[in-house]
Amino acid sequence: MDSMLQISTLHYLVLAAALFILGVIGVLTRRNVIIVLMSIELILNAVNLNLVALSRYWQGRPLQLGGGPMALHGQVFAIFVITDAAAEAAIGLGILIAFFRNKETVNVDEVNLLKW
Amino acid sequence: MNPPVATAFFFYFLSATVIIGGVLVITRKNTVHSAMALITALLAQSGLYLMLYAPFVAGVQIILYAGGIMVLFLFVIMLISIERTMKERQFNKQWLVGIAAAAALGALFIAVYTKGRNLFPNGRLQPTETQNTQAIGSLLYGQYMFAFEIASLLLLVAIIGAVVMAKKRI
Amino acid sequence: MHQVVEYIQSYLSSNLTPGGAGNWFWATVYVLAVFVGLSIAVIAMNWLERKILAHMQVRLGPMRVGPHGLLQPIADALKLLLKEDIIPDGADKVVFWVAPFIVVLAAFTVFVVVPFGPTHAITDMNIGILFMLGVSSLSVLGIVTAGWASNSHYPLIGALRSSAQMVSYEVAMGLAVVSAILMTSLHGAGLYGAGAAGAGDGTLSMIGIVQAQLEQGVWFIFKFFPLGLVAFFIFAVAMVAETNRAPFDLPEAESELTAGFHTEYSGFRWSLFFLAEYSAMIAVSSIAVTLWLGGWLRPFPNALQGSTWDFVFSLFPGATFLFLAGMCFYNVARMPKHPLFKIQMMGLAAFGALLGLIGLVLFIPQVSARVGDIFWFSAKVAGFMYLYIWYRGTFPRYRFDQLMKVGWKVLLPVGLALLILTAVMGMRTEIWEAVRR
Repeated sequence: MDSMLQISTLHYLVLAAALFILGVIGVLTRRNVIIVLMSIELILNAVNLNLVALSRYWQGRPLQLGGGPMALHGQVFAIFVITDAAAEAAIGLGILIAFFRNKETVNVDEVNLLKW
Repeated sequence: MNPPVATAFFFYFLSATVIIGGVLVITRKNTVHSAMALITALLAQSGLYLMLYAPFVAGVQIILYAGGIMVLFLFVIMLISIERTMKERQFNKQWLVGIAAAAALGALFIAVYTKGRNLFPNGRLQPTETQNTQAIGSLLYGQYMFAFEIASLLLLVAIIGAVVMAKKRI
Repeated sequence: MHQVVEYIQSYLSSNLTPGGAGNWFWATVYVLAVFVGLSIAVIAMNWLERKILAHMQVRLGPMRVGPHGLLQPIADALKLLLKEDIIPDGADKVVFWVAPFIVVLAAFTVFVVVPFGPTHAITDMNIGILFMLGVSSLSVLGIVTAGWASNSHYPLIGALRSSAQMVSYEVAMGLAVVSAILMTSLHGAGLYGAGAAGAGDGTLSMIGIVQAQLEQGVWFIFKFFPLGLVAFFIFAVAMVAETNRAPFDLPEAESELTAGFHTEYSGFRWSLFFLAEYSAMIAVSSIAVTLWLGGWLRPFPNALQGSTWDFVFSLFPGATFLFLAGMCFYNVARMPKHPLFKIQMMGLAAFGALLGLIGLVLFIPQVSARVGDIFWFSAKVAGFMYLYIWYRGTFPRYRFDQLMKVGWKVLLPVGLALLILTAVMGMRTEIWEAVRR
């Protein structure tokens, strides 16, 4: 019970893993492209949470081992991931609009024009 | 400086919000409901970043993710008529294999985290967070300058790509 | 019991915000005070807008409901609360219900970091300005969902136009804000940073920005003249567009789109949008006042220094309220003899007495020392509110493509140039040294 009350890095990592699994289920099982894209955003968020939680862990490590209060590399990486998520969402939605204009559907399993 | 009050309560409350939001995203039939659940999950995630003493990342999450990317999603959802999609089948034919794959991934995570439980000791330093933005700034413009410039180039490519993709006539 | 009293009193002698001191009791008191103050400000804005617009258009405005229409906002609120709640057929009920609350939440949460004084903020986050910009951009989500959930053409078009406008002008706002934040990182005093110059650590916290203005002895609107002025001007235009007010109010103009995204909202739900719009106006005005107009600092902190000038300026809060009380009593004396005039005279006299009492309380030195900062901040924000009403009465409406053209083709390049120039001006000694070597 005490380990449940004292929030350590492992708590955040487990939460990020759970979010990741939810995102993977969403990508693998849903037919609607927009929901698939939103599940990808969930996955990216799980990764970000991992990065920031471990960056906090590294801030507590001693300076010689690479830690110290300025060891914010995880947070910088998380900012880059958010930027990339924005770019990817924009392009993914652009592709979706182009495809919807041609075929009038938003289901991934109807994108089968190249299927033999 | 004062340690945060009732850390455990806030952690469990915020993580419950994130998980419930995630579950609602992948199960709702109505796409707009999914989008709103995702917005809630992102805002709760921003709260988690604040708990991890990362205020700048929390601010960036609110501005970019909840206030930018989700607006983009909502725009596209509204441009695409969804009344028809709500009557169609929601889950695809390989949902069983998908759940099995996710379960395998979950088993892998459980194995990793139970074996590595002692890698992350409980006690931690409490560094001050007043210089967080300044420290991130000096890292971004110092060590990660190249990545910063590449990210701006990536955004330019994304803008041009999105405009070209969505045009009616190139 | 003694411990509780001590817990409550120990905060009063500290010089931290309640959030910074971790004092939940005073934080709750401040939250309630901001909430009540904001509600009174919105009610007053409603009345002031109708009266000032009317006087600008050479007519009188509401005069019947209460003396000089002072009870008009209360009548409006009662009418809105008693109206029938109509939900359009085919609207998504959950989203229709949630959308106004998102806008209201975004508009009210912003006030957590607004600095009314050096310790008079609910909390002082070290990402204060970033938090304010981010949370105010969440209101776009509420508007988009409101327009979509109404299941009708005009709200959808209005919502899409409104959100496109808000997102475009957020970029210009962000650039203007960044150039002001750049100025906080300089240590040189005076208009052009003369003195112990050089770059230091900037700050994003709202209280830190005003303290940087205090330390540098100049309001940022005058710093690196005219760069600060142009940045302020960009922000002033962008903030009017951000809050969907005239002259950028095409999305909610009655003659164009039958009230845009809130067409299908009636009664209490519409009043939530209305409340959120005025709160957002006050919030972005607070940002402008904090960043460029010196926040809670009294006018002329350097040109008119010394304890006598301090004393003179500390008389202003009490004098303002006494002036308002005097106007109330003057109108009591001039009241024409229409029906029920006795009650109206008594009501107005009581209101005037209340204002006079507040004015007299504000003359007490201890009260004036603590509350004077809040008064100057509120006075500057009130000036911005008057500017908003003035714009509404003066300028014609922008067409939507003209609106987007101004946002992207005019404000964005000027903002970028301004940012580069501010950075160069701030580091000019270092650049000059590097060039010379």
